[in-house]
Amino acid sequence: MADATFAPQALPVGSKGRHASGWWGMIALIVSEGALFAYLIFSYFYIASQAHDVWPPGGRPHFWIAVPGTIILIVGSFTARYAERGIERGNKPRMLAGMGVTLVLGIVFLLLQGVEWRGKPFTFTSSAYSSLYFTVTGFHMLHVFIGLLIIIMLMIWTAFDYFGARRHAAASIGAMYWHFVTVVWIAVFSTFYIAPYLG
Amino acid sequence: MASTGAFRVPIIARETDSSPIADRLDRTWRTPAGIFGWLVSVDHKSIGKRYLVTAFLFLIMGGIEAAVMRAQLIRPNQTLLSPEAYNQLFTMHGVTMIFLYAMPVLSGFSNYIWPLMLGSRDMAFPRLNAFSYWTFLFAGCFLYASFVVGRAPDAGWFNYVPYASREYDPGINIDDYALGMILLGVSGTVGAINFIVTLFRTRAPGMSINRVPMMVWGTLTASVGNLFAIPAVSLAFFLLWLDRQFGAHFYDVTGGGQPLLWQHLFWMFGHPWVYAIVLPAMGIVSDALPVFCRRPLVGYTAVALATITTMILGFGVWVHHMFATGLPPLSLSFFSAASMVIVIPSAVAVFAWIATIWTGRPVFTTAFLFFAGFIFVFVVGGVSGFMTAAVPLDWQLTDTYFVVAHIHYVLIGINVFPVVGGIYYWFPKMTGKLLNETLGRWNFWLMFAGFNIGFFPMHIAGLLGMPRRIYTYPDGLGWNTVNLITSLGAYLFAIGVLLFVINVFRSAKFGRVAGPNPWDAPYLEWSTPSPPPAYNFAVIPTIGSRYPLWEDRLEHGPTDSYVDQGYLLNRGRETVGTTALDAEPDVVLEMPGDTIAPLILAIALVALICAALFHAWWGVGVAAAVTFIAAVAWLWPEARLGQTKEIARG
Ligand code: HEM
Ligand SMILES: [Cu+2]
Repeated sequence: MADATFAPQALPVGSKGRHASGWWGMIALIVSEGALFAYLIFSYFYIASQAHDVWPPGGRPHFWIAVPGTIILIVGSFTARYAERGIERGNKPRMLAGMGVTLVLGIVFLLLQGVEWRGKPFTFTSSAYSSLYFTVTGFHMLHVFIGLLIIIMLMIWTAFDYFGARRHAAASIGAMYWHFVTVVWIAVFSTFYIAPYLG
Repeated sequence: MASTGAFRVPIIARETDSSPIADRLDRTWRTPAGIFGWLVSVDHKSIGKRYLVTAFLFLIMGGIEAAVMRAQLIRPNQTLLSPEAYNQLFTMHGVTMIFLYAMPVLSGFSNYIWPLMLGSRDMAFPRLNAFSYWTFLFAGCFLYASFVVGRAPDAGWFNYVPYASREYDPGINIDDYALGMILLGVSGTVGAINFIVTLFRTRAPGMSINRVPMMVWGTLTASVGNLFAIPAVSLAFFLLWLDRQFGAHFYDVTGGGQPLLWQHLFWMFGHPWVYAIVLPAMGIVSDALPVFCRRPLVGYTAVALATITTMILGFGVWVHHMFATGLPPLSLSFFSAASMVIVIPSAVAVFAWIATIWTGRPVFTTAFLFFAGFIFVFVVGGVSGFMTAAVPLDWQLTDTYFVVAHIHYVLIGINVFPVVGGIYYWFPKMTGKLLNETLGRWNFWLMFAGFNIGFFPMHIAGLLGMPRRIYTYPDGLGWNTVNLITSLGAYLFAIGVLLFVINVFRSAKFGRVAGPNPWDAPYLEWSTPSPPPAYNFAVIPTIGSRYPLWEDRLEHGPTDSYVDQGYLLNRGRETVGTTALDAEPDVVLEMPGDTIAPLILAIALVALICAALFHAWWGVGVAAAVTFIAAVAWLWPEARLGQTKEIARG
């Protein structure tokens, strides 16, 4: 019996993919951040449900900028995944290329959001709706920004030749965060752009 | 430093704490002495002790505030405090007790005990652990700094708008509260993440999920709850700050906002939070009480399930705090029913404890008295909570002293008593010395009597119609006697707490030497010397049952536990990672060493909120940059931690 308990067995050492503590930590962080956005969206719908006038005030938002932005973020998630698969096979150039494209797409998304913000006929202090709009999208943009910082660091570390086929936990964890940012955007987009057409 | 190999067959050895290998482990794990060592340490044991001491200091601060309030209320028409001062005192008392004492003290226990209970050498994220302590400390100081400028938060700990809006409460106090709570939320969230990952990843081989001690269930459930609940309150405070400082309209009716949004967000957090500050405490009792009854806990599985159920229901009942706000009747009935259902799992736990005492052979130590006192108070508090869960009665009693009595029965009963009992139980492990039992008796009876004398009459004051949060009251309303008794009881309670503090200091010096297992307890932490060595276990234990140290007298599964034989893991700071449910060995975890990064990051964050408080945007920018640099330094992939690819060794 004791022999069964102590059967020698080879174990992976250190930070390895899903064995890495960081991978688990990121999941937990995403759960908590996801809850944060859920509360933001709850606040939106709660205030909307109590509104006396037309909601959203000033009419439904247009799609001209938000839809391309959405597509860009989704494509960025795929390129991040492409990069991650590259490093899983030890392919450094593919990792750098994929992450580079993701980085550019993320920056374009932020610029588009900037254009959208400037084009709004209201400001932060105009109404509860405007406060919600800028706060929720602002929160998301902050997350995109942090995601971009992570991608830049991953690219630097890849260039330093830190990662390879067997060691790339940081890249998988960073990519997971980026996918989360995309998913959150889809929720935010549905709330602000699609929901008004349904109600 | 050389990188680690990608795979290894770990050596299995038989070692004791006096072997030369243990000596070397000690050198690997020990934090250097001195101030600098203190600032960089990531050892869960010192972090746990710091949490405990800091939380107790906050308990004493809150206690002093309470003592002053009770001096004001001891007789009618007193003028010791102005109304403004009273408002600040009861608010800071509530904030301190709820946020700076009740939760952190439990984190302190869990931080200290978990790795020892789970047979690991540290928490899953040692640096994050240090970070969560520093942010807690700084957030607490930040909240208290408002006293220095003479304007502390004064809109009650739940800070309802519109009282807390800029219109009615201008000044720095509420902004200080808001930003401080956001920082504290960071501390709580990363702490919760750490506990969750620690539980699922670092249990000793063989400690399958149905073998973990009950306190682990309590803290795990609370941590999962916190993960979902804390964002609600951080957001609520952040939106409030935007309303107050930048003219947003979230809570402002004139701009289309909703004051009730505050209440929803706050109680979506607040109710689960109440369970987060009681479930780990209940876990302490479920683990330690049976030790003094000389038998395992009755109904382990039922109590574990009850713990989880309580938390799940806890998320469904937040509306019961808002019965008096004019919501539609149907939703009130629903939430009222849910609030009553939540009594069932609590009752399960109570029956399990009573059955454990009943069928055991109780040893009446001080710790036992505290746990038994807790059960008594729990029942009383449960009944008064049940009463306020009934909607019509809540309309009658809300905002009276009945509620104040209820809060204190719940919080002191379910948090303070188990915590003090827990210290009596684990103090020998932490210091190697037993607390004095004679002083302990006095300590318990004074606290218990003072508590009941002080807080039971508050129920009566409430039924007599005395509102809460009044800074004084006129003569002739029939409230004089109850208030006199309440104040005297409170002072008796305070003397009890003082005796406790004296006992801690005295026994740390002159106490009887404890030895590894003075209570003959069954859990892993008692297999180590007291206090435990820096590396916790010379070899990683292997677990065969729920009560590893009682296997000689209990029937158990097919395999035995081994505490002196198992993985050696001595190439640097190492421990084993196991699978989430069955605890099969899964990975050799390379643990980070001591580092200053968590402290720097925490300082950067507190500097950031200080700058934000005064709208010093350049300061915010600098602090954010430092935050980024510290985070990058922290996360920089290291070969020693197996985070970078292996380079052919030459
Ligand atoms: C010596 C022990 C204590 C005494 C004498 C005491 C006394 C008081 C008093 C006089 C109030 C104000 C009541 C009012 O004017 O409405 C109060 C409020 C409160 N106390 Fe205590 N307290 C004690 C310990 C605690 C502890 C240990 C906790 C929590 C762990 C706690 C939590 C609270 C809370 C949450 C409030 C409500 C604050 C608010 O209204 O915003 N108290 N307490
Ligand atoms: Cu509640």
